[in-house]
Amino acid sequence: MYELTGVTRRHTRGKDVVDALAGVDLTIADGDRLVVQGPTGGGKSTLLQMLGGLDRPTSGSVLLDGVDLAGLSEARLTGIRGEKIGFVFQSFNLIPTLTAQENVETALVPLGVKPRERRERAAEALASVGLGERLGHVPGELSGGQQQRVAIARALVKQPRVLLADEPTGNLDEATRDEIMDVLETRCEEHGLTFVMVTHDSHLARRAPRLVTLREGVLVPS
Amino acid sequence: MFFTYLRRELRRRRRAALVVASGLALGIALVIVVDAVSSGMGRAQARVLESLYGLGTDMTVTKAPEPSAEGEEDDRRPRFRFDAQGGEDGGEGEDGEKQSSDRVMVQGFQTLDAATVTEVGEADGVAAAAGGLSLEVVTVDGEFTPGRFQQPEGGGRPGGGAAGEVRGGGADFSVDGFSVHGTDVTRPALGPLTSSEITDGRGFEETETSAKVAVVDSAYAKEQELGTGDTVTVGGTGFEIVGLATASSGDAAADVYLPLAQAQALAGAKGEITTVYVQADDAQQLDAVRSAVLEAVPDATVTTSEDLADTVSGSLSTASGLAVTVGRWLSVVVLTAAFLVAGLLTSSAVSRRVREFGTLKALGWRSRRVTGQVVGEAVVTGLLGGALGIALGAAGAWAITAFGPSLSAQLGGAGGSGASGGPGGVMGAGPAGVMGGGMRQAASRSLDVALTAPVSLSVIALAVGLAVAGGLVAGAFGGWRASRLRPADALARVA
Repeated sequence: MYELTGVTRRHTRGKDVVDALAGVDLTIADGDRLVVQGPTGGGKSTLLQMLGGLDRPTSGSVLLDGVDLAGLSEARLTGIRGEKIGFVFQSFNLIPTLTAQENVETALVPLGVKPRERRERAAEALASVGLGERLGHVPGELSGGQQQRVAIARALVKQPRVLLADEPTGNLDEATRDEIMDVLETRCEEHGLTFVMVTHDSHLARRAPRLVTLREGVLVPS
Repeated sequence: MFFTYLRRELRRRRRAALVVASGLALGIALVIVVDAVSSGMGRAQARVLESLYGLGTDMTVTKAPEPSAEGEEDDRRPRFRFDAQGGEDGGEGEDGEKQSSDRVMVQGFQTLDAATVTEVGEADGVAAAAGGLSLEVVTVDGEFTPGRFQQPEGGGRPGGGAAGEVRGGGADFSVDGFSVHGTDVTRPALGPLTSSEITDGRGFEETETSAKVAVVDSAYAKEQELGTGDTVTVGGTGFEIVGLATASSGDAAADVYLPLAQAQALAGAKGEITTVYVQADDAQQLDAVRSAVLEAVPDATVTTSEDLADTVSGSLSTASGLAVTVGRWLSVVVLTAAFLVAGLLTSSAVSRRVREFGTLKALGWRSRRVTGQVVGEAVVTGLLGGALGIALGAAGAWAITAFGPSLSAQLGGAGGSGASGGPGGVMGAGPAGVMGGGMRQAASRSLDVALTAPVSLSVIALAVGLAVAGGLVAGAFGGWRASRLRPADALARVA
């Protein structure tokens, strides 16, 4: 469970000071499916970084299962990311030289999984998103939708507690968008994952059981 | 995963990797070539020095020069006396009769007591010592033609005295000579003969201390049409030629080698030697051995191979200097540049992969794993450069050996005075003071040595070390950048 209290994040660029988050209080229960909506520059991605332990707040606390991520060492934070949190990015962020199977395996490397088991679990994860026939393909040989499926398989293969998705359908056409959302929602439901998705797509927002809007760093009623 | 990722990444960036590897290869090849040429120079110098006093000799001990008082004639120097009316030493002779005289002289006219060998041999750090006596045999022969008294036509002067003048007459003498070395046959591993190879017959046997046998330099034997089994006459004594020796490089140290006792007897120098040839226990401790020898024999001159190396001049010396100075500095500059370029290119490659590394960190990869990946790629690139560099350097060294020039070395230009002794005595101290430079042995000697560029295992190891170092330097640049990367950048790039 997430508990965010008075979270602020101030970015300073020269003389310019930008408050990406300006006092966010938010609670996300285990198994929640939350969509964060808002205009570009409203602080959505920054909030996702706080939840994923990729960035630290300027002030406030981000508790995950009672542990304040802001106070952890970088090594511990990396460990938590490796074990508990899966990410899906808008641009897929696959390693271009690795095959689909090897890309999925990269999520198991930090957990010390043996190579053989890694290969088996990666193949299963890819099969579960409908890419069982594409194990040996590199990203350049896959469509955008297929690449995002690989990214979803990579996020889920380690069986995380939380899945964070940053505009996961931003680079996809409408048909593929719905297909990917179906995959995400099905997988989260099956595994009981806490799912937080950032999007400015109102169509996707309408599918969410819980929706919050972030505008100028502040949560406003939707 | 590490090797798969590494291999795929290097394949993707093969052009950049090739640029980095080529830069390192160039630097490493240069190091190999410079080192090989330096080694070749060293070998050439060693061969030149070996030709002076043989393999295995680390230093020589000779008598310190004793300058004669001004105007004082050195009675050790030979005198040739001829009589225009007769033979040498007043012998009777007809007009125009050929006269001949030969002398066996100690080269340099400075000798040591043979007991010095024992004293030197007992000094600290000396493994073995052997005495030698360098002689010069000079033959002068020719004829005097007396002038003729001629009177003008018409008789004598008024008053009855004989009027006229002496016309014509003169002398026609040739000077020839050869060098002889008295060798301690009981210690065949030391002395000038070790720089020659017995190419016909045999060498001395250890029991032939007083035998009338000789080993003759093959070049001299050819010139004099001598062969094994013939007799060579030295100072009026015949010696059976038991073997022919061919110098490994350059000129031989002597034309004729005799057992030491025979050489001493010929020169009237019983119990005397000109040189002690010394082999040290440790060739790296020559200074200490020199001090110990000088303590044992205070009035001696000790000359080490390093001293002799300083007397080498000519193109060998120039090339050696170039290899050591310009070559080394060039290698350092090229290597430094290659390292820097490799570092900058690796760092630049990391900059282009920010999202990739950020993603891996977001997936839970620790910084050291990401850094290790970058360093691994750089080290493999460095090793590739090392392999290329070794191949390039070995090819360059081979080309130098195959097509390289011959270098000339002038030896011991400063050591040519008749009294210098030591290796100088062996190589160049003829009785120049007596014969005015008319001898075969000049004060200095020129040798031609083929330049080789041997590539040693140690330089291959050095090349591998440099390749790894180059990779580590490049990896350090990139790794440092990768380690500082915030995982948030992965999302920031796509937000």
